[in-house]
Amino acid sequence: MGSRASTLLRDEELEEIKKETGCEFGQITRLYSRFTSLDKGENGTLREDQVNFRGFMRTLAHFRPIEDNEKSKDVNGPEPLNSRSNKLHFAFRLYDLDKDDKISRDELLQVLRMMVGVNISDEQLGSIADRTIQEADQDGDSAISFTEFVKVLEKVDVEQKMSIRFLH
Amino acid sequence: IIQRDESPMEKGLSGLRGRDFELSDVFYFSKKGLEAIVEDEVTQRFSSEELVVTLAFIGIGLLVMGTTLVGQLPESSLKNWLSELVHLTCCRICVRALSGTIHYHNKQYKPQKGGICVANHTSPIDVLILTMDGCYAMVGQVHGGLLGIIQRAMVKACPHVWFERSEMKDRHLVTQRLREHIADKKKLPILIFPEEMFGLLAINMDERSRHLIFNWNAFSFLFSQYNPQFGDAFWNSSKYNMVSYLLRMMTSWAIVCDVWYMPPMTREKGEDAVQDGGLKRAKVKDTFKEEQQKNYSKMIVGNESLNSEAN
Repeated sequence: MGSRASTLLRDEELEEIKKETGCEFGQITRLYSRFTSLDKGENGTLREDQVNFRGFMRTLAHFRPIEDNEKSKDVNGPEPLNSRSNKLHFAFRLYDLDKDDKISRDELLQVLRMMVGVNISDEQLGSIADRTIQEADQDGDSAISFTEFVKVLEKVDVEQKMSIRFLH
Repeated sequence: IIQRDESPMEKGLSGLRGRDFELSDVFYFSKKGLEAIVEDEVTQRFSSEELVVTLAFIGIGLLVMGTTLVGQLPESSLKNWLSELVHLTCCRICVRALSGTIHYHNKQYKPQKGGICVANHTSPIDVLILTMDGCYAMVGQVHGGLLGIIQRAMVKACPHVWFERSEMKDRHLVTQRLREHIADKKKLPILIFPEEMFGLLAINMDERSRHLIFNWNAFSFLFSQYNPQFGDAFWNSSKYNMVSYLLRMMTSWAIVCDVWYMPPMTREKGEDAVQDGGLKRAKVKDTFKEEQQKNYSKMIVGNESLNSEAN
């Protein structure tokens, strides 16, 4: 599949993905093989959410360890996808389901529900959500904005927690 | 492509047991999810695509050549033995080309000569998978193309019951041929799929034939089930022709299949076993997710109840 993958992925696209994500050529083609093997319907996307390969790579790029950036330090370029700030943005978007730049109580409850299944009652889950918002909320709007989110996580080693080690 | 982080949930959530939910928990789950999507062990398989296709061609080629050669021999037990050998060997090569891992259960109930075996039909490669464990006589229509070549070759070496399309309409011919095959105790067990069974039931046949064919003591059953996580064996014939379907099968991760031979039983018991098999498949996926959810819940609720007590 090595040769087949690289002919299906156009050279310009390959260059763009390389620049955008910071991944190497070999890594990208292997991930493309992987993507196409998962893409059963062969329409270039994964699942109902319709993630195409660019989107898939962009998501994956958030999880690159920060050390990898040392060699390709481009001070004038755009912020790499795997910077601490972008990693936090990514995580924030996981909670902010309606994309209004705030994590509301409802959204937090939904995400919590996904993580615990049926094992915790609505009441208990509600109090967990309330406590979390209480601790994070600083402007009193009973929701968590991105700034508040960042503040809560300032002591967390985001770089380490949100990193997947890629082999070369 | 990646080095997976194998640390358990508690460690990944920077936890001692009984810590509260934190907003940072989502990092762990999203990382795990993405790792699972990218997982490396399988990707390496794809570099041997060319080898796999070659293997398949060798398997089919050998089958055609082998059966033609064996077909030249006069009827004898040697011929039957050789024919089975050719079938089994080529089958094994082909299944290897599909990266097949097949487990056969309850081999003591394998169908014997002179009987009929009913199997469920999931994909065109069902036959391949079942034949790997023993030779059967097939029933069905002669196809054109690649499949037809294989069919015609197979019949030279040992008797199968292939029908031309025109012959299928002639019920008497169908029943007569089946009768003859079953009556000969030396012939291989017939492999039949439920669709064909229903077709047979619909045919108006005489008492003697009906008695012979539907002698339930001569029936055995087996149930095959594919593990869909590894390779989807379903063939959408409107979208793919046989050859491209086979190519897809060969480049999928693996074909993992379980075959259960069922003990002789009454009809109701047979239905139960099939239902149970289907239920098992659905259950496994959910229970895995539920287990993860339970573990995580234990972690965060344990501490919560402590908290409320303290307050």
